[in-house]
Order: sequence, then structure tokens, then C-alpha cells
Amino acid sequence: MPVAVKTAEPVRLRSAAEPAIRLRGIGKMFDDFRALEGIDLDFPRGELTTLLGPSGCGKTTTLKIVAGLLEATEGEVLVNGQPVTGPGPERAFVFQDFALLPWANVLRNVAFGLELRHVPKEEREEIARRYIAEVGLVGAEHKFPHELSGGMRQRVGLARALAVDAEILLMDEPFASVDEQNRRKFQEDLLSLLAHEKKTVIFVTHSIEEAVYISDQVAVLTRNPGRLSRVVRPEIDRSGHFDELRRSPAYLDAVDEIWHELKSYLDDEERAR
Amino acid sequence: MTIYGYRLPTWLALLIWAALWELIGRLDVIMLIPPLSAVFAAMGNVLFTQSFLEAIGITLEAFGIGMGLALVVGIGVGVAMGRVRVVGDVMGMWINIFESSPITAVVPLLLAVLGFGMQTMVVTVFLFSVWVIALDTQVGVKHASSSLVEMARSFGASRRDLYAKVIFWAALPEILAGVRLGVIRGVRGVVIGQLLIAIVGVGFLFETYSRKFIMPEFWALVLIVFGFAYGLSETIGLVERRVARYASVR
Repeated sequence: MPVAVKTAEPVRLRSAAEPAIRLRGIGKMFDDFRALEGIDLDFPRGELTTLLGPSGCGKTTTLKIVAGLLEATEGEVLVNGQPVTGPGPERAFVFQDFALLPWANVLRNVAFGLELRHVPKEEREEIARRYIAEVGLVGAEHKFPHELSGGMRQRVGLARALAVDAEILLMDEPFASVDEQNRRKFQEDLLSLLAHEKKTVIFVTHSIEEAVYISDQVAVLTRNPGRLSRVVRPEIDRSGHFDELRRSPAYLDAVDEIWHELKSYLDDEERAR
Repeated sequence: MTIYGYRLPTWLALLIWAALWELIGRLDVIMLIPPLSAVFAAMGNVLFTQSFLEAIGITLEAFGIGMGLALVVGIGVGVAMGRVRVVGDVMGMWINIFESSPITAVVPLLLAVLGFGMQTMVVTVFLFSVWVIALDTQVGVKHASSSLVEMARSFGASRRDLYAKVIFWAALPEILAGVRLGVIRGVRGVVIGQLLIAIVGVGFLFETYSRKFIMPEFWALVLIVFGFAYGLSETIGLVERRVARYASVR
């Protein structure tokens, strides 16, 4: 693996048992509106954790607090034991709306994270080319975002996040703007990509199937205010083929379990109204 | 334009107007309108006179300095207004008032304060053009997608990079629209300023020609000034169209 930007501390030496990210009593107020309350959650190193819940449950807010883009009103976020005070080089963000520079081509967009870290042009473009290949966009280096499909744009966004070689990947509904056919392909590609990238991933989605399919751990959130309802570990055997996986009892049970959890909550909500 | 299924080029419209002008001029109906051919003939006379070259020199200098100031101040203030809510609230109302007010009215005042020289012209150009540049820049910066700003921040962008590599470019289509309008107003400003001062630059020439009823030269000068303003605005329009490629997909 290329190390483009040296992280401040030797990550690999840290104990594997220590969670990469810990949320301790996170709460968030937007003026008078309470978005989040008392979120306590650990994100094990090297695992993919999904934040799942209905719209308005504060999953994106939680993600942005971990990213350091939003400040928590209460509680603290620890990344590798250090409190988060803002964005940092060990975390990279993948945006729902891709957030690509429309005036820059694919190569520059993928290299943009490195450009902002003042990596020399030649070096960062070499790294960018490698990740463009990894997400399957060879040949599109000199295209502009508006010439690409939604799925391809998100690959650019993913390559940009991978290129800075952060150990933590924060993905905000990355496949929400991608059509259903490409979405499955995308999920499979993401899993095979992560299989040899060794990253800790936080993934936001409102799709139960997607969450169970890709996650080691699913954190179910409920709204008004956003609270952590429960944590489910799907425990799916991922050694087989992707299609088998979707039919395995473990997969179906996990989907069911989460659905009932959310359903009983939504029913309560309706009754309260 | 299409007539009987034939596509006619745009310049044909221009040609028709030119022919009409020539005709009216030849008919000698109004003394103020000489034939277009006479105007073009006079253009040669105007262009190579010492007084014209001097006038154009002074005018371009005043226009250049005034526009330069307007660009720096307009874009700077516009960015501040777009990014900092308080600045937008405090300045917005005033800039809107000035933008919609007839600045011409204050030129005599400038004349009294700054005298019959370069300063008055420069300030006139500035006052004509700065407001629209600031307002359009503000709109552009405000509309610069917040997710791009978030993206840059998440990758640890410095403040300088955030403005130079993201916000400026995101706002560029609106900034250019403002600059194009500003430039046109600036040309208007420098001519009006000089007309009111009446003893310098192109304004002095206009004054001289019209007072002595030298109509071909007068119209020749009008065409030159129009051509200059149009040429400038088209040049900026050219850049705008290149930028428009991404403006529509931001």
C-alpha cells in the first residue's frame, strides 16, 4: 500500500482491541431542535459499521460530528483515543452528492485531497492514477464530472477518499444517488475493495438490506430525538459468492431483526401522534 | 432569423439598419443624422487626430484605474458579503440602494470635491461599476455549493486554499456576469464623467463635435465608444461561455 501522507502516529502498532472510534454521550442541538441525544457507540478497528435509521434520525449528523465538520453539543468523539476537534488526515469523507469540483477533471478531483495537503503534483497524480484504476475508471482521467454517470461520479468520490490513505472512511449514503442496478454492483465492489484495504468504515444508509449486506455491525438509530436503539452484528459468512450471501439465513435473520426493531418504533411513533 | 425557409445570418439585420441609416442620411431629413458612409469617412478623420489620441489615452487610463479598483473592491466586498452573514446584512442594503440609484447625479458633487481631473473620472467609473460586481459576487459565493466547502474542509483545506481553490471557482460564473455588467457601466461612467467635466477626454470631443454640429465626427465617435464597450463585453462573454460549461452542473 502506498503511504502518501504519513499519519502522525504509527497506527499499526496500536492494539487491535482498542476501537478506532468511540462516541461518548454525543448530543447535538440545532438551535432549539434536538437532533441527537446520548449516543454511546464503539467502532471496532478494521470493521464496517453502518448507521441505519429513518430520515431525520441524525445519522448524517453523527457522521459529520465524527468527521469534525460539525461540533457536538455534548459528549466527545475519540479517534484512536484522541478527542476530535476538527477534520483530520486519518479520516476521509465520501459525500452523498459526490462533491466533485465541476471545473476539474477526474484526475485532479481524485488528487484534490492530496493537493490540499500540498503533495507535489507529480506524486499526487501518480497516486491518483493508481486509485482511479482501483475503482475501475481507467480512461476517464481527463473527463469532467458532468460527462460521467452518477455511479462513475461516486467512484471518483471514493477514489479521492482512498487516495489520501486515511485509516477511517466516512461514507454518507454514498449510493443514494446511484440507480438500483448499479447499487448492487457498487456494494460488491466496495466489499472487495475494502477486503484488501484494511479500513475502519462508518457507512450511513437508510436501506436495511444494504446495511446488513455490507456491515460487520449495524447501529440502528431512531428519531425525535436521534437515539441509538440497538446494535446488531449480522455475523454473515462472507467467504461465499455475493448472491449466496443474500440468501443465507444469517442475512435474512438480521434483516428481519432490524426491520422489527424499526417497525415497532415507527408504530409507537404513529400511536403517539 | 428565418424568412421563407431561408436562414438569414444575424449580420444581415445589421446591414438592413445600416442601409436605412444611409437612406435617411441621404434624404437629408434631419440635419443631425448624416449618411452612414459620411460617418465612416469621418471615422478616419477622428481616429488619427492628435486630440482623439489624447482623449482616448486619458479615457482608457481613467477607465483602467477605475475598473481595476472596482474589481478588487467589488469582488472582495462581494466575497465577504457572501461568506459572512453580518457583512451581507450590513452592506447589502446600501449596495442595493447605490446599485439602483442614478449615480450620474453625484458626479457634479465629485467635480466640486475632486476637481476637473483624473480623480473625478476614476471615481465615477468606480461608482458606476462596483455595486453590480459586489452584488453578483455575493450571489455566486452564497450559491457556491456548501458540500464543496465541506469537502474541502474535510480534506483539511487551509483557509487560503478554501477560497482560492474552491469558493472563487464555484462563484466564477456569477462573478464574470457581474464583471461584464460592471465593465459596460464603467464605460458609461467614464463617458458621462467626462461629459460633465467637459474639458477632458472623449467627453470633451463629444462636447466639441455636438456644439459645433460636426455630426459625422460626432456619430463616428459614438460608434467607436459603442464598439469598445461591446467588444469588451463580448470578450468577457467569451470567457463566461467557457465557464458556463460547468456552471450548469454545479
